[in-house]
Amino acid sequence: MSNSGASDGRTLAASGSLVIPGDKISSDTSGQLGHGVIKVNDELIATKLGYLVEKSGEVSILPVHTAYFPRPGDLVVGYIEGMRSNIWFIDLNAPFNAILPMSLAPMKIEYGGTRDAMDVGTTILCRVQEVDEAHSSVVTMKGMGLRKVNSGFVDTIPPHLVGTISSGSNAIIQQLKDASNCRIILGANGRIWVDGEPEGIRIVRDALAYARDNQHSTELAAGIASQLANGNGE
Amino acid sequence: MGYGDVQMIDENGNRVDGRKAGDIRPIEIEMGVVPVADGSASMRWGTNYVIASVYGPMEAHPRKIQRQERAVLDVRYNMAPFSTTDRFRPGFNRRSREISKVTADALESVVLLELYPRSKIRVEIEVICAEAGTRCVGLTAASLALADAGIPMTDMVVSVASGKINGVVVCDLNKEEDNYGAADLPMGVLPNTGELVFLQMDGDLSPSEFQEAWDYNMEAALKIHELMKEAIANKYGGGQ
Repeated sequence: MSNSGASDGRTLAASGSLVIPGDKISSDTSGQLGHGVIKVNDELIATKLGYLVEKSGEVSILPVHTAYFPRPGDLVVGYIEGMRSNIWFIDLNAPFNAILPMSLAPMKIEYGGTRDAMDVGTTILCRVQEVDEAHSSVVTMKGMGLRKVNSGFVDTIPPHLVGTISSGSNAIIQQLKDASNCRIILGANGRIWVDGEPEGIRIVRDALAYARDNQHSTELAAGIASQLANGNGE
Repeated sequence: MGYGDVQMIDENGNRVDGRKAGDIRPIEIEMGVVPVADGSASMRWGTNYVIASVYGPMEAHPRKIQRQERAVLDVRYNMAPFSTTDRFRPGFNRRSREISKVTADALESVVLLELYPRSKIRVEIEVICAEAGTRCVGLTAASLALADAGIPMTDMVVSVASGKINGVVVCDLNKEEDNYGAADLPMGVLPNTGELVFLQMDGDLSPSEFQEAWDYNMEAALKIHELMKEAIANKYGGGQ
């Protein structure tokens, strides 16, 4: 939307500026196309509403909203939503449920015993093992730290905030861990498992509520840091 | 006195609401008005008030509507019973089905459906207050709501209608002009390329009148596109 970034005479929108679908980003198509950018008639066009990012020769868009789509290797927090005799259906906060085959469960189960092992509503930590072109995915619970969750609290943030919260030298998630003394696992699907003392969980919940309310603020990290400093999340 | 005899524009070119032939009604846009939706937008366009919200992509149900290679757009246009002076009978009717269909067809031209195989994207358009041109307002608001939901699109869709009253072609018909006018030409335009994704016509226009209405619509679409950008910038800021 901003056309002030004509640094090289070919860039039509400045890095960091807000773009909407259809906006022309650049007439220089030599760089790599990242998320939310397509090439049409020798021009780069934005396909998503978000902020333009130019990094290492790649042009992409950091969207203001996005749905979670599983990728192999993602650590996610899922809920059991159904089962058959040898598989579970897992809600990953994605458009499609994933499947967890009996062979990838963390315990030994007899055929037909899936409900006894993990019933509907059980929260699990799992990892995405494979995803096909039609977005069908398989998750596994075989791996270090992957298991049923029996304590603590699960909160949710928009999936596009996961990167903001988990990255950087002074990551927000590390600040939350330090301030709350809780165990926190951030799933790539935007679900966060928090386990610890009730007071610590409250601090994390307040900070995450702040993050949801101010998700498009450029000062999100500073805002959370100041909230944690000024009275532990009150 | 018949329909065509109602005087709706004076000798100075002033219409019943004081606008000139090429003027559009005042437009206010607000993004993110439905917190539980994945994306939403409201538009006040003259006296029209429309809210559009988008949910998904989600698994398409019933399964028979699933497409293995792309998503399906499930558009539902509905007028609230209190949106008109006479009570509007609630529920789907032939008109709402038709508008839902043409809106879905227009949006399918820009949404990158192939990125979401087997999925469904649900678009709900609710007309709270109807004056004239609700299909145009609904389509434009739906395009904003889709962008707000992070659905990838090649362009926004802007829709506006021009028509003919008392032999004069005018832009963006109001209720009286829509009811008593001689013709109505709603169009859906992609503002960045000038492509057309939606066109309907009621009544008769000569080729020159059609061209004039077309030009009015194209010009108005660019103005409305600027208003859409402003509304989005108000919600999400000018940049990071």
